[in-house]
Amino acid sequence: MNKQLFNSSKEIRQDKLGRLLVYSALTVVLVLACAMLYFIFSKGIATFTQDHINFWDFLTRSNWNTDNLQKPDLGAWALMVTSAETTLLAVLVTTPLALVIAIYIVVMSPKIGGRIVQPLTELLLGIPSVVYGFVGLTVLIPVLRRWAGGTGFGVLAAALVLALMILPTITSLAVEALNGVPQSYQTFAYSLGCTKWQVIVHVLLKISAPNLLVAVIFGVARAFGEALAVQMVIGNTVQLPLGLFTPAATLTSKLTTDMGNTIDGTLASNALWSLALLLLVMSLIFNLLAKLVLRRSQSRESISR
Amino acid sequence: MMGKRSAFLTGLTVIAAAVTLTACGGQSGSKTATSGKALSGKVTAVGSTALQPLVEQAAKDFQAKNPNVTVNVQGGGSGTGLSQVAQGAVDIGNSDIFAESKPGVATDKITEHKVAVIGFAPVVNPDTKVKKLTMVQLQNIFAGKVTNWKQVGGKNEKIVLVNRATGSGTRATFDDNVMKGKKSVKSQEQDSSGAVQKIVGSTPGAISYLAFSYLTKNLQAVAIDGVTPTTANVLNNKWKIWSYEHMYTQKKANKVATAFIKFMNSDHVQGELVKKLGYISIKDMQVVKDAKGNVTNK
Amino acid sequence: MNRYRVNQIMTGVLNGVTFLVVLFIASFILYLLASGMTAVNWHFLTTSSEVGLGIRDQLFNSLYLLLLTQLISLPIALGAAMALTLYADSRSKLASFAQGLIQILSSLPSIIVGLFGFLILVLKFNLGFSIISGALALTFFNLPILTQSIAVSLQGVPDEVMQSGLALGISKWHTITKVILPEAMPGIWSGIVISAGRVFGEAATLIYTAGQSAPTLDYTNWNPFNPASPLNIFRPAETLAVHIWKVNTESLGQDAATVSRGTIVILILVVLLFNLVARYFSTTMRKKVGR
Repeated sequence: MNKQLFNSSKEIRQDKLGRLLVYSALTVVLVLACAMLYFIFSKGIATFTQDHINFWDFLTRSNWNTDNLQKPDLGAWALMVTSAETTLLAVLVTTPLALVIAIYIVVMSPKIGGRIVQPLTELLLGIPSVVYGFVGLTVLIPVLRRWAGGTGFGVLAAALVLALMILPTITSLAVEALNGVPQSYQTFAYSLGCTKWQVIVHVLLKISAPNLLVAVIFGVARAFGEALAVQMVIGNTVQLPLGLFTPAATLTSKLTTDMGNTIDGTLASNALWSLALLLLVMSLIFNLLAKLVLRRSQSRESISR
Repeated sequence: MMGKRSAFLTGLTVIAAAVTLTACGGQSGSKTATSGKALSGKVTAVGSTALQPLVEQAAKDFQAKNPNVTVNVQGGGSGTGLSQVAQGAVDIGNSDIFAESKPGVATDKITEHKVAVIGFAPVVNPDTKVKKLTMVQLQNIFAGKVTNWKQVGGKNEKIVLVNRATGSGTRATFDDNVMKGKKSVKSQEQDSSGAVQKIVGSTPGAISYLAFSYLTKNLQAVAIDGVTPTTANVLNNKWKIWSYEHMYTQKKANKVATAFIKFMNSDHVQGELVKKLGYISIKDMQVVKDAKGNVTNK
Repeated sequence: MNRYRVNQIMTGVLNGVTFLVVLFIASFILYLLASGMTAVNWHFLTTSSEVGLGIRDQLFNSLYLLLLTQLISLPIALGAAMALTLYADSRSKLASFAQGLIQILSSLPSIIVGLFGFLILVLKFNLGFSIISGALALTFFNLPILTQSIAVSLQGVPDEVMQSGLALGISKWHTITKVILPEAMPGIWSGIVISAGRVFGEAATLIYTAGQSAPTLDYTNWNPFNPASPLNIFRPAETLAVHIWKVNTESLGQDAATVSRGTIVILILVVLLFNLVARYFSTTMRKKVGR
């Protein structure tokens, strides 16, 4: 009996085991993430340490020429700009639409929204990116060509394809975010005589803003990393995208197009890994920016409370 | 409640099993069992996507003959094939180009085997009304000196260049046999034949180049200097734009890999499969081309 | 203009825009279905791609890979999400570091995940082009998505639930497994479906890991160690999405376009089925929890 007193209870043992389990799961995820980051970092840095490419040149120049081994001319500036531009455009097109749909699903008509609108948008998630690429090539490009002249290939075509691809991601997460606002807030606002629109703007959107931002960041991440679809419609040319119809290339499309043709450990291959590294750094910056905005809005909220 | 727990346990067991199996998998690598007469073992071939359909089909027939053999054929690109076979990571590396022409490949560690020939033809969108060009005109188009189809006898329409990915085998063949050291102008680049086929077919004024087997009705293949892109013209080198398909093995290739390469050069593959899938047989060629592009009679 | 008028106009705009977008998505999907419907028949579903241009094996491979991937990634993602939301203080350095890391991971292009899988799993660990390589690579791809969406649904459970559990003297673990998890289950479930959709449509990761060839399978062979057995996790396996990619990029012949369109139809129908099943479970679960 004395022994039992000193032993911890079953509950406590369970509790310890549970804590161990979840933290080891988190560790697995973190170790994996670190392994991947280390892998990309070590491969991506070789361009500068082994092949002695000037880092500043790599960031600011816009040519991609690995043929001449004596005087390689490598620069990722145009690729970075194109990646940022297409992603930004896509998010600008999609975010308002996704928000409207999410509001419809949560506020206007949860019945039709939940049964038809949401499942329909989520269907888009399962369609492989190659399919988006080919539909873009066979349907969208001819339309753009007729509308604006030129070849149709370019930044705008890529942005529109991406916009459709990230619509379900942003919509689903926005629905989650809006659902997270306690029902009582809405009821309270209605009882004060607010109209539906007022409730949407002043209660729902305001309170869920930080989580809506997360939804948009997810969309940005998806658009940023997409390659196969973009590659088909952007016109794969390494140059600064001066207009919406200029053919260009993004970090990921360049990476995907060239990777299979390079020899491990050579400059051509290392430079592509450097692009992957740049992509990571850029998404890190996006992430930090978003966090900053989030923290600001949160601190403002706590003051107003 | 019991149900949930048992489901959880089942899940755990499955994962544990997967992990154990993974551990066992390490031993079943690409080693070959040598004893006995029947050939057995596993061969992995990766690389060129252009050669893949042929090797896949041949592997199927080879396995039908040798039931204890597994031949695993994958793509990944010529660069991947050459890197991995030179590093000893795979048994066979498929490539569209000579290993010598790719800097960075340890050529002393691998042996070359030519298994087929592919002919390439310039293709244009039919609306350009261009059916023939001279070699110089073709050069000038890809060098960016000619920018309208009117300048080479076609319709008044802007030329849309679709080049192949830098470093790809198709690009190398085109650069070696057409551009001959001249620099291509900056333009759209595509990696896959399917994409090029669709883009040229659907874009007015577009020009690119494709392997003979990808020529379809909605594309116009272009004759150069009066020579039409046909297999017969490739055999005697009248048509200049062609290249070998190579399969590289390690210097000390294992038994199964050696047997499979031998099978690739058998009459069954060279006589039937190669033609059926749109390649040109290595045995029919009347000329030989070396890594530097010099052509001699056989 | 008074606020009632504004309300009227704006709700009208909301409804209208939603209608237009839904119409657009519906016509996009109908376009894909219509252009491929003629290719789909019983034969297409039940023959292998080698004999009858069918996609039987690819369909099986896709489902099997998805199952394995979720079996591996779900427990890990669930644990990690629980650690982030219920155990660690969400404002702590560890939590925000971990969240940042996971977020960055989720923006990696899938070809990078594929090459990582190729160089590490296929070559270094000598797993070869195989289902297990593919499943593990997809896990890398899936973990960040799944972890984050589960974390969001766990956050949705009010803090009071945990506090009242603790106040009653029930252990934290007990509160989580008996109260919080069931409460968050509908959200977790929809997270699983969303990630399943993306895994199902993923091609670039698998080209380098599970491979792009589909050896003929013998469906009567249930010995998981036999190379012809569909259950063998060491055989290469081409999925539907990879099949579409391959057919579209390097395939020859007139049948290629038909096969590709038909495969897209099957893919969409399977994803639709997922969504319907998930929705059914999710609503029954919501009813159970009483929401």
